[in-house]
Amino acid sequence: MSIVWEMIFKRLGLGLLTLLVISVIIFSATELLPGDLAQAILGQSATPETVAAFRKELGLDLPAYQRYFNWLFGALQGDFGTSLANKRPIADLIATRLGNTLFLALYAAAIAVPLSLTLGILAALYRNSIFDRAANALALTSISFPEFFVAYILIFVLAQSGLFPSMTRMDPNTSLGEALYRAFLPALTLTLVVTAHMMRMTRAAIINLLASPYIEMARLKGINPMRVILKHALPNALAPIITVIALNLAYLITGVVVVEVVFVYPGLGQLMVDSVAKRDFPVVQAVALIFAAAYVLLNLTADVLSTLSNPRLIHRK
Amino acid sequence: MKDTTNKPVLLTMRNIEIEGRSDETWSPIIKGVDLTLNKGEVLGLIGESGAGKSTLGLAAMGFTRDGCRISGGTIDFDGIDLMKASEATRRGLRGKRIAYVAQSAAASFNPAHKLIDQYSEAPVQHGVMGRAEAESDAVELYRRMQLPNPDEIGFRYPHQVSGGQLQRAMTAMAMACRPDLIIFDEPTTALDVTTQIEVLAAIRDIVAQFDTAAIYITHDLAVVAQMADKIKVLLRGDEVEEADTRTMLASPKQDYTKTLWAVRSHARATQPPVEKGTVPVVSVKAVTAGYGPIDILKNINFDIHKRRTVAVVGESGSGKSTAARVITGLLPPRQGQVLFDGKPLPPDYRQRSRDQLRQAQMIYQMADTALNPKLRLRELIGRPAQMYLGLQGKALTDRIRDLLNLIELDPDKFIDRLPSELSGGQKQRVGIARALAAEPKFIICDEVTSALDQLVAEGILKLLDRLQTEFDLAYMFITHDLATVRAIADEVVVMQNGRVVEQGPKDEMFQPPHDPYTELLLSSVPEMDPDWLTKLLKERAEKAS
Repeated sequence: MSIVWEMIFKRLGLGLLTLLVISVIIFSATELLPGDLAQAILGQSATPETVAAFRKELGLDLPAYQRYFNWLFGALQGDFGTSLANKRPIADLIATRLGNTLFLALYAAAIAVPLSLTLGILAALYRNSIFDRAANALALTSISFPEFFVAYILIFVLAQSGLFPSMTRMDPNTSLGEALYRAFLPALTLTLVVTAHMMRMTRAAIINLLASPYIEMARLKGINPMRVILKHALPNALAPIITVIALNLAYLITGVVVVEVVFVYPGLGQLMVDSVAKRDFPVVQAVALIFAAAYVLLNLTADVLSTLSNPRLIHRK
Repeated sequence: MKDTTNKPVLLTMRNIEIEGRSDETWSPIIKGVDLTLNKGEVLGLIGESGAGKSTLGLAAMGFTRDGCRISGGTIDFDGIDLMKASEATRRGLRGKRIAYVAQSAAASFNPAHKLIDQYSEAPVQHGVMGRAEAESDAVELYRRMQLPNPDEIGFRYPHQVSGGQLQRAMTAMAMACRPDLIIFDEPTTALDVTTQIEVLAAIRDIVAQFDTAAIYITHDLAVVAQMADKIKVLLRGDEVEEADTRTMLASPKQDYTKTLWAVRSHARATQPPVEKGTVPVVSVKAVTAGYGPIDILKNINFDIHKRRTVAVVGESGSGKSTAARVITGLLPPRQGQVLFDGKPLPPDYRQRSRDQLRQAQMIYQMADTALNPKLRLRELIGRPAQMYLGLQGKALTDRIRDLLNLIELDPDKFIDRLPSELSGGQKQRVGIARALAAEPKFIICDEVTSALDQLVAEGILKLLDRLQTEFDLAYMFITHDLATVRAIADEVVVMQNGRVVEQGPKDEMFQPPHDPYTELLLSSVPEMDPDWLTKLLKERAEKAS
């Protein structure tokens, strides 16, 4: 197993390096934005002295690289500074939001991943049948509509009738069952949006292998079709499927702003959009860094799992 | 060979017709073939590629590949009508009573599972035996197939086992449920001659031990002569003739069968020895080369003269192709150098001049993958002429037409075709024309005939021979097939594990005394004599004891 550990450490190292580069880019991007932050906050009427004093208070008078390192070391210790908008520590601000976002992402993934794998496998098994066509058509339809549209349709069908709430209020005291109930509609919307991609990849990756000699061999051994797919095709198709799942999970964490807005869900995406509007750069930076970390970590996990699924890479000659 | 004529009939196929779909129309692949097989009998099915051998073999299992269908005839397996039986019934027979051994074991074993898991799958799924029983049975059969470490080898993944061992493991797997019939689909074609012997012997023994009937599909007559009780010859989906092995070998009736038998007749006349002091076209001097930490070539030396063919022979992994990569500059050697007309060539092709590159051309084994499928012959052949010789316009077209005439393809018909519109032999001819277009002095032929049928290969060898005389070419001919060596070589270099173990003129090579490895190679080439394998194994056993 030492090969696996070696690879994991290598990938982790590369992942950290990637994050470091991203942190530089994030910091520079906010630096490059026009206008002076202190001036913007204090308004046009502020005297140059107050502006200067305020700049000093914010640490804006220090050179950029120094501020970058201060920010970076703070971030490493979980201290992202304080929000400009409401002066609260960013870490506190993000903590609950991050929890909510992860909850929704996991919720949607827990429905979407098994669903799309099952549908993909069945579509491959009954390829070109009515079932295959119907599953494909439905999945493509749901991915083709904009997310907010899917969300409104669901609200129209499921919330108008009072079955589920159309606004998702989340607070720390909500029980798990209650939380699952309240977040059902956003989770369902996200499921509809990501299922097509994963399902079609599963189907394609399996069908791609069905012409291989070892699949023919399995059939000639008299193995039943379901087992041929599950036991002979699927293990060899895992790498591309895992990659697509990881991409979609990353999307569930970072790309759900629209859905959060529609359902007034208190997640990170909404916080990011609000902070951009308020020019609350420390918050923007912090959220961007968390999004980047989620992407890097998920792709890293996908790489490791893909490698583990391939005996040729683990069991050397 | 045993007498099986009085045994009960196991398989009867009557008037079988199989069609394949291409572009929305169904065209016949098998056109009304009959086949009868008794219990314990081995039928050899031979013919060129495209004759429908595999298709017919699979049909004996009631199976067709995607895009094919059995459109007529009856298949009766031990009283079961396979044409009328349900898919579940047929599935119940496959793997249990009729098993299949594929051409490439490396591709036909699932890379994701251990050998023993794949072995026990069929017995467990068919309910023949339990998992533990199947595993101990696997070890027993691995032992009978003379696999090394039979107790342990099943717990490896396919990529951890060599090709010859995989092929034996696959035969063991086919035996798992002790079937009544096994279809062997070219099981030794992808193997080296020395490995082939072991696999052939193992297959023959185990089929005899369990009194299993078999259909043995191959294009190699000498192989089928060792394995089969009777032989059926197929040509483009039709049966040419069928007879018991000895009759068929001694007195084939049909003209087509006779041409198949006569194929290996082309032999190059002995050339006068090269005059002393002539500068060789290519001279490999004390070359050591390899990838990573491993040396693949260890201090090899050989010369290739004008109008001479040097055949480099050896098993896969012996370093033949690496030697070609060193000469062409794709792999700079660690030590030693390559001289061209007596002058050293830069080790890396990127440092060679365009003229140096032009002088040495290459023809590849797989014409299919060596030709860009999107280009027409005009561009495929024209590009080197344009790049190396600067030909343009009419001069270029004339040159392309000349080259097509040289390779015996009518320019009016072929100049604007795509590779997909050519047969295998024609593609290889285009490969030759492309090499010639650069007007080289030296051509490396890397297994150029091993993917072709014998009749077609014969044509290619004759063409290469003619072109050599016409253009004073020097050839380096990489091959593992000693019949090809006989047909084309002037000198032979025998390689083993990256070393040259023997080299010299062809006539000396085929005369004793030999280096022990050359002896092994030569004696491993199957002969048409049906008793050859039995005799050889006996001789080797005697020598060993």
